[in-house]
Amino acid sequence: MKQTDISSRTESTFFKKHQERLYKSLEDKHTTVEEVDVDDPLNSKMILNMGPQHPATHGVLRLVLELKGESILKTKLDIGYLHRGVEKIAENKTYQEFMPYTDRMDYLSPYNNNVALCTAVEKIADVDVPERAHYIRMIGCELARISSHLLWLGTMVMDAGAVSFFIWTFKEREKIYDIMDQLTGHRFTVSHARIGGVVNDITPEAMSYIREFVETFPAQLKEYHKLLDRNRIFFDRNENVGVLTTEDALRLGAKGPVLRGSGYAMDIRKLEPYARYDQVEFDIPTRLEGDNLARYYVRMEEMHESIRILQQCLEKLPKGSVRADNAKKAYPSKDEVYYSMEGMIHDFMMTDTGICPPEGAQVYHAVESPKGELGYFIQSDGTGHPWRLKVSAPSLANLQILENILDGEMIADTVVVIGGIDPVMGEADK
Amino acid sequence: MGLESALGEGYLTTRVDTLVNWARSNAAWPMPMGLACCAIEMMAFAGPRYDVSRFGSEVFRFSPRQSDVMIVAGWCSYKMSHAIRRIWDQMPDPKWCIAMGACASTGGMHRCYGVVQGVDNFLPVDAYISGCPPRPDAVIHALMDIQKKIQTEHSVMLDT
Amino acid sequence: MEQTLSNALKTTLDELQTTFGEKVLQIHHPSGDTHVRVHPDALISIAEWLHEKGYIYISDVIGTDRYQSSDRFEVLYNLLSLRAKQRLFLVVWLPEEDPNVASVTSVWPAANWYEREVYDMFGIRFEGHPDLRRMYMPEDYAYYPLRKEFPLLGIPGSIELPGTTPESD
Repeated sequence: MKQTDISSRTESTFFKKHQERLYKSLEDKHTTVEEVDVDDPLNSKMILNMGPQHPATHGVLRLVLELKGESILKTKLDIGYLHRGVEKIAENKTYQEFMPYTDRMDYLSPYNNNVALCTAVEKIADVDVPERAHYIRMIGCELARISSHLLWLGTMVMDAGAVSFFIWTFKEREKIYDIMDQLTGHRFTVSHARIGGVVNDITPEAMSYIREFVETFPAQLKEYHKLLDRNRIFFDRNENVGVLTTEDALRLGAKGPVLRGSGYAMDIRKLEPYARYDQVEFDIPTRLEGDNLARYYVRMEEMHESIRILQQCLEKLPKGSVRADNAKKAYPSKDEVYYSMEGMIHDFMMTDTGICPPEGAQVYHAVESPKGELGYFIQSDGTGHPWRLKVSAPSLANLQILENILDGEMIADTVVVIGGIDPVMGEADK
Repeated sequence: MGLESALGEGYLTTRVDTLVNWARSNAAWPMPMGLACCAIEMMAFAGPRYDVSRFGSEVFRFSPRQSDVMIVAGWCSYKMSHAIRRIWDQMPDPKWCIAMGACASTGGMHRCYGVVQGVDNFLPVDAYISGCPPRPDAVIHALMDIQKKIQTEHSVMLDT
Repeated sequence: MEQTLSNALKTTLDELQTTFGEKVLQIHHPSGDTHVRVHPDALISIAEWLHEKGYIYISDVIGTDRYQSSDRFEVLYNLLSLRAKQRLFLVVWLPEEDPNVASVTSVWPAANWYEREVYDMFGIRFEGHPDLRRMYMPEDYAYYPLRKEFPLLGIPGSIELPGTTPESD
């Protein structure tokens, strides 16, 4: 079939113009002038739509693949199936009211998103956070990182074929959910960090849960290593699949473990440290090969490093308050709210108007989420609502890479490569 | 079946109904339309602690042609709504739908231009689960409600 | 917030001002970040100059609606110099009538999807972009959601919803 006939052969019943433009851009991608025989089906190329609902696309991701036999010639991604307009919502809410929305963006590691918003607002409004709150935030962030990497591991290995692995990693995730439940009151989309600190202190019971987890988890990690590290099937599926060279990774803007698995050691925790990461020791795992196996190793080693950071945080946890004491910038503690008039008025003002950064102030602050550099850009107009809040999502950058590394792979590798890139559509689609 | 024309609703069809409904309710294979954070709780609901396979929903078939219950988990954007409707149309009768979470039921906290304010704008929903995200226990409760609903249906008399 | 700039960044900013003269309109440091506002015509040459100087990594392209009568739209390029470990924001202001600016995908290919997102949300066209399509909203959509005059709940009837009866097939 001639290249230009693709659009006429698809009969879309909704969003016609959208489908037309998408297929047209697939044809236009590294344009070749080639006419293929109409009558011989074995000689023609096939357009496969790996639609938004598919067991292996993590969330709602649509890939349009042009195949020649089993190998992929070119691919285009179609995202936006989970778009909500979170940035528009942010312009109508106070900074603290926006906190639950941040949870639901990268919903695999919600704590990191909360800390990202808090640190950005604290930078624009110049709020001092007490030491204990910094360490509690670090503990939460590292637990969320382990939780996200466990889910990545479970789904990637399940997509590669080993289904029972999913159940084992979920067993460990349930333990992290128990810790979060004790610490924050919710299993999963916690909104624990507040501007100026955190909501509440770690109770002794939560502390014992965390200690138990830190002690038993390395043994579990060793079990996973024993199963996968020398597994012939796992190697065959992942070695030299989805190779991304270092120059390409930097040129195409990869973030997080995808960039580290391609040879460049960039970690926001070391580049622009926040929340006392400059006072704990940890390494940045990096691999040079750039294939899926390298990304696997990078994330496994990151889990080891997270345990190391957690152990140091538990030793170094200082005593003190967990929130800043400034009435205009942080919520008062619940004791003050219930037992004093000023506390109640401050609570009301913080809920109603919220923290007001100076007019015309702008800030960008990034944290290292498990997926990469998660950045918040805030422009303030002097009121309690941001004028513009932009979320710089690492999954969007990594999905852009996906369009480029799938060319030349087999169709069965698509699933494993998507697993290796580990996108979260909630944050890529905002 | 020619039973209902010959016998009308009576003892025999009621017994057949009970048998058919018992079989259907205890093997309600879900089709997870896992869109967002509720999908993670749905994975936990299929996971080791809140094991759903003991309720008969052993396999999560991602193919609509092989499943009975569609669990819409997460907010539904306007762009995605057409895909969801198409998948719902592909499911064979009898089928049921669970709207999991606040976002699928009414749009939830996302009151803005991109989100359909409730999946029941284009799907016939049988059970709504509130929560953001609901605990897996709540999803099991909804599944048990659907099972009760199936058990009181007149399956033999349905005109399908 | 007074912040001491590192030497590398100071030399870069000085050289930028001497090389490009009056095309560099404003350099300021809100909350410790460095924003360099340039004239839209000189964007590509300044981008290539910065790329030579080590700003090889682009982190994000951000669009803003300033809602002022002159120069309504603003586009920020979030650049990172990996050698000097410095972050720099390149800013252009665009008018409300037919806002367009040259695309920097020739300098940083990573800007491809980010510019598409800015086009989708604000309607700013990027000249020379290889594939300027909408990112999140479908192509059929006629509005630009993040402009300030667009209502939060959307415009009723602007996007179709499937019906409650099955389609014919």
